[in-house]
Amino acid sequence: MAENREFYLRRLHSLVGVIPVGIFLIQHLVVNHFATRGEQAFNDASHFMESLPFRLFLEIFIIFVPLYFHAIYGVYIAFTAKNNARRYGTFRNWMFILQRFTGIFTLIFVTWHIWETRIQAALGAEVNFHMMESILADPFMLAFYIAGVISTVFHFANGLWSFFVTWGITVSPRSQLISTYVTMIVFIALSIVGIQAIFAFV
Amino acid sequence: MTVKETMTEQKTITFIISRQDELNSESYTEEFKIPYRPNMNVISALMEIRRNPYNARGEKTTPISWDMGCLEEVCGACSMVINGKPRQSCTALIDQLEQPIRLEPMKTFPVVRDLQVDRSRMFDSLKKVKAWIPIDGTYDLGPGPRMPEKKRQWAYELSKCMTCGVCLEACPNVNSKSDFIGPAPLSQVRLFNAHPTGAMNKSERLESIMGDGGLASCGNSQNCVQACPKGIPLTTSIAALNRDTSFQMFRGFFGSDKEA
Repeated sequence: MAENREFYLRRLHSLVGVIPVGIFLIQHLVVNHFATRGEQAFNDASHFMESLPFRLFLEIFIIFVPLYFHAIYGVYIAFTAKNNARRYGTFRNWMFILQRFTGIFTLIFVTWHIWETRIQAALGAEVNFHMMESILADPFMLAFYIAGVISTVFHFANGLWSFFVTWGITVSPRSQLISTYVTMIVFIALSIVGIQAIFAFV
Repeated sequence: MTVKETMTEQKTITFIISRQDELNSESYTEEFKIPYRPNMNVISALMEIRRNPYNARGEKTTPISWDMGCLEEVCGACSMVINGKPRQSCTALIDQLEQPIRLEPMKTFPVVRDLQVDRSRMFDSLKKVKAWIPIDGTYDLGPGPRMPEKKRQWAYELSKCMTCGVCLEACPNVNSKSDFIGPAPLSQVRLFNAHPTGAMNKSERLESIMGDGGLASCGNSQNCVQACPKGIPLTTSIAALNRDTSFQMFRGFFGSDKEA
């Protein structure tokens, strides 16, 4: 890698985590929530999404390329840290560790989720209410999906907090504290949206 | 227990000290018991061991090697890990420490011997980020611009940094797998950029911390601000520099006549 790329890569990593990946996450969770209105509502919504014009282009440039750049560079970031919560058990240090842990777990979950849905769709399976119903009928997969959604949403919400610091938006300790509260409300709200959708399939 | 017995019984302090003979040799621990005196600090205890270098098993050993300077927590030389926390040994009072007192070197730095470390990388970083104000020339430039009092007050807090290395030791991103320069030199960039004359070279300093191992390697664990013995608002400095480098990045890419 060329020299002095790190600054720009880290900034790009922070940016794409929110735009477009974070925005896509919110959209995905919201569309999933149609499942709470019944099988027909979910199937209509998912059919609408998969029949969007330029679908493949949108998927590649708004989802896969930014998502996997963020994921792969994120794994590198996570493994260059030497966690020390035993020495410093502060809230922010735990969030630092959780951000790295949920990042790795989210990558595993999302990759499995893409394999089970989008790749299977490409291989001829139909993505609909019934597909999710049969996946989530397995108690192990249900637990994995719940953990996956919570992990993803936490990583997004706490990542939003560090996005504001990284770009120099929240500079004062007070603004960083308020930003902690706001992003944790985002975490709780999106977790509820995500979990409600999961239980609509059970 | 009679009064006479308590008089003759020596109160002792127990130390478990991490030792290392030279740069790349194995480290090992050695236990010491030394007689208690009132108002001791870790340094006076280490001096006691140096006076009488016998370990707790009564075997003669080599005296402990450590660094020290001012003995009033302004030089930063005597930093070591005391009961798990990096701090200055001069202000670590025996009466306030839980026993056995565990002493280790700050292993983020190369260990010269025992508790003595080589903090050269911090001084190299200060050179790298141009933590000075260039005013040397061939003629008198006259008085510089005035500094607002309010700014001077917060900048003074940043000037308290003694390059002790505690923030680097506390940072999870400063380690052998990363070339992160750590919080201390970053905060010095904010200090020198805040100075009205220093601000004339603001962009040079910002560009230097936009290089590899610079500002972007911060992961916001915010341990540094917790650990700093001088209470320097290191995380505020980092966030302020994040803002400055955001603008610097845009100016650099799109072009600007402001602060060229």
